[in-house]
Parts: sequence; structure tokens; C-alpha cells
Amino acid sequence: MSGRVLVGVKRVIDYAVKIRVKPDNSGVVTDGVKHSMNPFCEIAVEEAVKMKEKKLIKEVVAVSCGPQQAQETIRTALAMGADRGIHVEVTGKDYDMLGPLQVSKIMAALAKKEDAQLIILGKQAIDGDCNQTGQMTAALLDWPQGTFASEVSLEGDTVKVVREIDGGLETIKINTPAVLTADLRLNTPRYATLPNIMKAKKKKIAKVKPADLGLDMTSRLEVLRVDEPPQRLAGVKVETVDDLVAKLKETGRL
Amino acid sequence: MALPKGALRLNQLVISRRFNQFTSRAGVRSLSDHVSSRPVPPSAPETAGDHLIYTQEHFALKESLRKIIDQEINPHVDQWEAEGTFPAHKIFKILGSAGFLGVNKPVEYGGLGLDFSYSVAVSEELGNIRCGGIPMAIGVQTDMATPALARFGSAELKEEFLLPSILGDKVACLGVSEVGAGSDVSSILTKAVRKGDEYVINGGKMWTTNGTQADWICLLANTSDAAPHRNKSLICLPMTLPGVHIARKIDKLGMWSSDTAEVFFDDVRVPCKNIIGQEGMGFTYQMLQFQEERLWAVANIVTMMDNIIQETIQYTRQRKIFKQPVLYHQSVNFRLAELQTEVELLRSLLYRATALYIKGNDVTKLASMAKLKGGRLAREVGDSCLQYWGGMGFTSDVLVSRFYRDSRLLSIGGGADEVMLGIICKYMDTLPKK
Repeated sequence: MSGRVLVGVKRVIDYAVKIRVKPDNSGVVTDGVKHSMNPFCEIAVEEAVKMKEKKLIKEVVAVSCGPQQAQETIRTALAMGADRGIHVEVTGKDYDMLGPLQVSKIMAALAKKEDAQLIILGKQAIDGDCNQTGQMTAALLDWPQGTFASEVSLEGDTVKVVREIDGGLETIKINTPAVLTADLRLNTPRYATLPNIMKAKKKKIAKVKPADLGLDMTSRLEVLRVDEPPQRLAGVKVETVDDLVAKLKETGRL
Repeated sequence: MALPKGALRLNQLVISRRFNQFTSRAGVRSLSDHVSSRPVPPSAPETAGDHLIYTQEHFALKESLRKIIDQEINPHVDQWEAEGTFPAHKIFKILGSAGFLGVNKPVEYGGLGLDFSYSVAVSEELGNIRCGGIPMAIGVQTDMATPALARFGSAELKEEFLLPSILGDKVACLGVSEVGAGSDVSSILTKAVRKGDEYVINGGKMWTTNGTQADWICLLANTSDAAPHRNKSLICLPMTLPGVHIARKIDKLGMWSSDTAEVFFDDVRVPCKNIIGQEGMGFTYQMLQFQEERLWAVANIVTMMDNIIQETIQYTRQRKIFKQPVLYHQSVNFRLAELQTEVELLRSLLYRATALYIKGNDVTKLASMAKLKGGRLAREVGDSCLQYWGGMGFTSDVLVSRFYRDSRLLSIGGGADEVMLGIICKYMDTLPKK
């Protein structure tokens, strides 16, 4: 096996920023807004770096799709311990409409090109909340998938994955090459230390376009309108339990 | 099920999304809300390309440090302020392990050997801590108690005191000011008398930040009877030596989370090799680092002022008075515009001085001007913003009242306003001739 792991990292609006919808309802305000690496992607990077430190794999390659600023996100991954990066340049309208289908096509193409043993992604991004890219990538490659991973153990040619599911935890064993998606409890991402941030400066980031990989980024979706969530309305206080039951019946809830 | 600490950020995400709905509707005002829905400083450029002194590495440094602040420090600030101290060893170890305590210190002793612009970046980012006490404590460790040691200390001394301080294993404090001597450093009375292979130290120090927790003190003492600017030396003193008494923790108007001690030295014996550099050069060594100390303090306060102005805008936008947001009243938005303008001017001065300094220039005049303006502007920002918070501004529940108290120190400590003015006059050649 190549011992190479691809990790997808997405540049998203920072989790602490108050999201504002654009006045024309075409999307959210991103200009001048603080962006950072998607928290689930951080967990994915951490897992890959840990595998390398345990000498279970040989190389961690961080991949990000987007405009020039995506390189900052790759640099963060490099500062956490990834060996090199691949920046897939997607700009303009293609970037606005970039979604799981396009990204999974990119990841699949890169996995083949780089002869990857594993692809680790975050389970979802905090902007789209799609939770689709990992699954689609596995489907396109016809690889096994271990999604919502809260524990991963590489054992030779197979991976044992403990998955977080509705009923509790499910343990599966899948063959490599495989796609894994990181869930919240998989690990605690390390802080990028200053020495590693400075070392990351020397690590390479290759730039490539989707066309170079023979890929079409056209979206099948069209955003019609973006609105803020409805304002939470004031509640109503009732005096007795009977009043409560009456109110619930009145509003058709009972 | 207990969540790992790293999950805190994702949890904060969930909480912040919910809180945003609450704060805008019910006007619930408390510090914890603002931790999650923190506004973005308006002046941060998106890419490194255009910045005067920062590169992509500076921004990566800030981002990583910000994570540490958000996860390890800010969630506990309210509690530490109430307790009047913070766990310096724990926090310094976290910062030290990540490389943030030795940014411009020698690589041989665990530092990164980077130029001062990186220290300024660290200081700027530390301004996002929701109090003044902890950044101040960190600043003492990185830029007040250790620079002279790094530059002039012997290898043995650096091994014993500098290396562990950079790693975050030892907490340092600075012993310069005394009860009877603050601005007038040359009149300190602490004496170190040579007896064979040792110095015997008698005296006391005041305003010792980190004093109750420190492992060692960088002490300025009189070591001879020569002229006052030439008879002082810097000595590295372990705080556990017999004769070192921490007399009291001082109860202060602000900076509550930073423990400030009054320390006495009663026939304390320390080997002569613990002296930093040359005997008699202590005063000069301390003075050499003033430029860095002052610019460091300015970087800190600039971020804090930005944050206070932003929080005040957020608050006054949702607080209504006479049927419209407080923010829409011209006296309010115009005043905030004035204050923001001055913050930007100060920031420009900071970057200009830093850029000149890293090229090897002496920036004493600009650094003194920046410190002077920093202290005074912080008082104006605190005072004006607190007014716009109204009654809420007067409570302990909000950051603005803490900032009002904490920032008042800047005009006093690290070189009082009057000392800054004296320095500037010297450069302008307007002082009375002798």
C-alpha cells in the first residue's frame, strides 16, 4: 500500500462569526468575514497526522478546493503536521456553486492520481451541513466507507471503524483503500505550534485546476433564495395544566 | 457523556447559533453570550499580501494562538477574575508547548529566534483575552523578565532560568519597582552586597506581577556605590530561597486575575554567577528593552479597544431608546467613529515603529509616543463606551466595565505617562537646560 492519506480541508466562515444574509438574499456575507478550517476537517487532519506519528502511514496530503485563500487552510493543515498540500483552484461562479458532488469528483480523481490508501474527510462542513462528500467520494471510487467515525484503527490492509449512529456505536471492519469521515469525538485537534507554523512555510502546495483532472464543475443545483431563520416568537404562559392541554388542542398539537 | 476539550469549539458553535437568536430578541446581556458571538474586528485584512509588517506566518500564528485563547483561557476568565488569580503554571505550559513564549528568544534555549514583529503579533492576539490581567502576566514572562537574560546572561544562567521559562515550566516575575521607587528607578534601595562567592540581598520589591506564583525573579539591585545609573545589576533569584517573603497579594482596582505581590528580601544569599551579564550594567540592560516592552503593551491595547468598540456597537444596535437603537443617535455613532479613527492612528504608529525597529533602528521616541497615546486613548474608549452601555455598563456582567478598570493601569505601569512625556521632550529638545 502507498501509505498515503488524502485529507480534505474546507475553508468556511469561522464558527464564532454571526452570519448575515446579503441584502439581495442571494447568499450570506463573506467579504471581510473571518474564515477558518472547518472544525470536522481539523479532526480529520489530526487523525491522519496521528497515524503518521504512529508510523502506520507514510504521507499526509492536505487538499482544499477554492480560490487563492484556500491555501491558508492548507497551510493550517501543514502546520498541524501534513506533509504537502494540493490546492484545486475553483473560482467565481464555479466556487459559489461548489458542492459535495463536485468536491467528491475532485477527491476521487486525486485519490487515483496520488494512489491514496485512505481518504479522511470531516463528516460535514459547518456551512453546508450536507454530510454527503465522504459518501459520494466512496461511491465514485467504489471504495468502502467508514462514516461518523469516533474511533479508527488501521490494521494492515483493513480498518476497524467505530461509528456513531442513532442507536449507539457500531463497529465495522472495512478493506483499504477506503473513505473515512470524522465525527466530533474522534480526537482533539492539536494546536498548530509556532515552530510547526514556521516549518510549514517550506512545505509544498501544488496548484491544479479541475479541468486538468478532466472534471466538469457544473452544478445541477440553483440557489433561488437565502433567508435568515424565522425570528423566535415570544411564548405564552398558562396558569394551569388544563389550560396547557386546552392550548395544545387549540393549536392542533394534540 | 463527557466531551473531549476539542469538542468545546463545536459545542460553542451550537450554543452561539442559539444564543444569537436569544440575544437579539430578549436583550439578554451577559459576558458568556459575547464569547460565542464575538464580532470580527473591522480592520483585519483578509490576505497577508497587503499588510505592512505581517506575513502569512504571522496570521497563522495569530489563528493558532486564538484557538488556545478561546479554548483554554477565555472560558475561565470570569472565574479567575473572581478568584483574584489565574493558574500561571498551567497556562504558561500550554503556551510554552505551542512555542508562544519564546517567539524572539534564542533557538538554543527553546525560542524561535524570530524578529520582534512576531512578538507584536502575539501581543495583538493576546488582546482577545477577555481581561487585562492575563495578557499582562504573559507579557511579563516573555518581554519583561527575560529579554536581558536572553541577551546578556551566561549559558549556565540561560539553561537554568531562560529555557524553562520559554518552555512554560517556570513562571518568572520582574523585580524592579519598589515601594519608594517606581518611575525613579535609579533611587531603588534593594542592595546586593558581595560576600565571597555570594550576594546577600536585602530590600523589597513592589507591584510584582506573577509574584505569588513565580519560580524566579529577575531582580534589579544596587551592587556597588557608584553613580546611580552604573551601580545596579540584574540577578536571577529563585523565589524559594530562604529569606524571600511574599508579604501580601495586593488588592487592586483592576487586573484582578493577575496576582500582584509585595516581596521582601531578608538576607537572601545567591551565588554571584546568578548575575546577568556585567555588574553595574543592570540599569542599562533594563532600559534597552523598554522599546519592546512599550510597543508590546500598545499592541495589546489596540486589539482590546477594537473589541470594546465592536461590542459597544453590537449592544447599542439592539438596545432601544426612544423607539430606536441607541446606536442610531448621532452623538453615539459619531463618537464611536472618532474613537475608531484614533485606534487606527495608534495602530499605524505601532506598525511603523515595529517596522523600523526590526530593521535595527532605535524607536524610543515613537515607542514612547505610542505608549503615551495607548494609555490615554484606552481611558477615552473605556469611558465613552461605558457611557453608551448605560446601567449595564456599570455592572460586573459586561466586559466594558472590566476594560474600564483594567486599562487604567496602562497610563501608570510600564512607564507612566509623565515619564513618556519626559522622553518625548528630550527628543524634542524642549527640556530645561541644566
